Amino acid sequence: MNFEVDNRGFYGEFGGAFIPEMLHANIEELRSQYLLIMESADFKSKFQALLRDYVGRPSPLYLAERLSEHYRTNIYLKREDLNHTGAHKINNTIGQILLAQALGKTRIIAETGAGQHGVATATVCALMGLECIVYMGAIDIERQAPNVARMKMLGAKVVPAHSGSKTLKDATNEAIRDWIGNPVETHYIIGSVVGPHPYPDMVARFQSVISLEMTSQLMEKTGSSNPNAIVACVGGGSNAAGAFYHYLDATDVRLIAVEAAGRGIDTGESAATSVLGSKGIIHGSRTLLMQTEDGQIIEPYSISAGLDYPGIGPLHAHLIETKRAEAIHITDQEALQSALQVARMEGIIPALETAHAFAALNKVKFKASDNVVVCLSGRGDKDLNTYIKKLLPNE
Amino acid sequence: MNRIDALFQQKKKEILSIYFTAGYPKLEDTCTILRTLQAAGADLVEVGMPYSDPMADGPTIQESGSVAIKNGMTVATLFAQIRSCRAEVEMPIIVMGYLNQMMQFGMEAFLRSAKEAGVDGLIVPDLPADVFEQEYRDLFNTYGIHLSFLITPQTSEARIRHIDSISTGFIYVVSDASITGAKAGISEAQIAYFKRIEEMELGKPRLIGFGISNAATFHTACQHSQGAIIGSAFIKSIGADERDLAARITQFMDGIRPPV
Repeated sequence: MNFEVDNRGFYGEFGGAFIPEMLHANIEELRSQYLLIMESADFKSKFQALLRDYVGRPSPLYLAERLSEHYRTNIYLKREDLNHTGAHKINNTIGQILLAQALGKTRIIAETGAGQHGVATATVCALMGLECIVYMGAIDIERQAPNVARMKMLGAKVVPAHSGSKTLKDATNEAIRDWIGNPVETHYIIGSVVGPHPYPDMVARFQSVISLEMTSQLMEKTGSSNPNAIVACVGGGSNAAGAFYHYLDATDVRLIAVEAAGRGIDTGESAATSVLGSKGIIHGSRTLLMQTEDGQIIEPYSISAGLDYPGIGPLHAHLIETKRAEAIHITDQEALQSALQVARMEGIIPALETAHAFAALNKVKFKASDNVVVCLSGRGDKDLNTYIKKLLPNE
Repeated sequence: MNRIDALFQQKKKEILSIYFTAGYPKLEDTCTILRTLQAAGADLVEVGMPYSDPMADGPTIQESGSVAIKNGMTVATLFAQIRSCRAEVEMPIIVMGYLNQMMQFGMEAFLRSAKEAGVDGLIVPDLPADVFEQEYRDLFNTYGIHLSFLITPQTSEARIRHIDSISTGFIYVVSDASITGAKAGISEAQIAYFKRIEEMELGKPRLIGFGISNAATFHTACQHSQGAIIGSAFIKSIGADERDLAARITQFMDGIRPPV
């Protein structure tokens, strides 16, 4: 099977660029340039140097012995939480800021939900001395105050999105509208493998450093570059796309995509897009999304602000539809318990998003001889308030 | 003949098209607005199908859409409303909406329902030309529904020619790099762009929209096209209060084009 994007920007029936004409020139410029720029020697050397010296890559692959013993298998953690800014998001923003510079752009816009991508974007804009505007839902600004402060400290302007449900999807709409109004000098750094082609492919390529490093690290530690399974959480799906990328055609490697079930799939408060979604268009991409019978996009729910996106990247929609990837659904409670377990057994406090990936270990059976990689996409500092309130209310 | 083609055959200048959001201010206002607009001299009407995530639209249209969705407006309700008063309205009726709702309804079912309701054309800002040609053009032809594509100041000449060749009815000339309702007034640069398009001598008529808000901007736009479209300014003028809806519509229309 082939899981690469085709020349029209589709993964099977998913993907494409369903954009208003006002964005055509911007998207066409990106589409015609992104591979040329990304494959140039100049870009590659800058990108690799920044990932090494600024982000701190390669991120370690760590054999989590106590978790392995508990689950009676071999669990390796891909430590994206140790990257600068605390998550995988920086891999993509480093790549896109270099691309923006190569395109001669002087103004950067981004959307953010929990604020991780906003912080990663504000960081690279500070690094390059470029103007940075981050759109963030008015409700998210209230509930993610520490990340708003970080963005401001880094010099970004945080603009509240007051439209619609005032969360990530509306911040994305506002960023798209900004781009419509500023088509020439502005580059839009999308934070996940979503949006119109070429974004899903471009972001997946920038994040693919995760699985590229895994191949040599696994070879060194296990004698084989392939694990038996890779587990990653999926909101839009950027860390999962990066962790799966070099194994898409290695069909003996199980790809396990973990979605947020929120309070439960049938409760009406969920973000389990692969189960609750249907085919449609969101943010310029044909994919699976949560919508009413009349085609209005539904606001999803998860305790994790990074997983409550009503769609899923078109690559993941294709992987799940073709059964190349398995989708697992984890509730808020299950994720919280796994966060505590990982903290207490491995001394690592994972992000709430990542905690969903850990919780999937309770739902999938592995053999004692299996090598399982969990993509530890981010650290949990930003979630401490939630953890203390929900897990340790009396301490 | 499609009513849109008949209009452009019969009238070459100063065509006034009004956009309104269906289901706003109240769910059942659609037919009142249609009848009043016709009596007040509109030539063409664009009925906006309210959508949760209208990425090409500004705050006025999005907010009116949110109200309309809360009021209970759906695709099926909209078609039923148009159908119920179509016989009283002679103007061409265009439905403007986003592709996701059409996909959910099923594109063929959508076109069939549109035809049955007496709709003459669609504007679908997020339907790309290549997808239209490969997946939908035959269906539009089968049901005789026109589709107007948009062009902007960034659209290349070659692409404008292509859009001219695939659009049916008219071409929607977006006046500036902007979302709907974003700006007031028309700049020299915009006039230069209107002239550039005018001089291309396209096969299809052109209506200019986005940022057309009053008599002055309407008449400026009309000097370089067959007509213009007013949306956000109209929606603002009718407001959220349904009292005297017809009177306020008439007053707005008189301000754009005084009664003869």
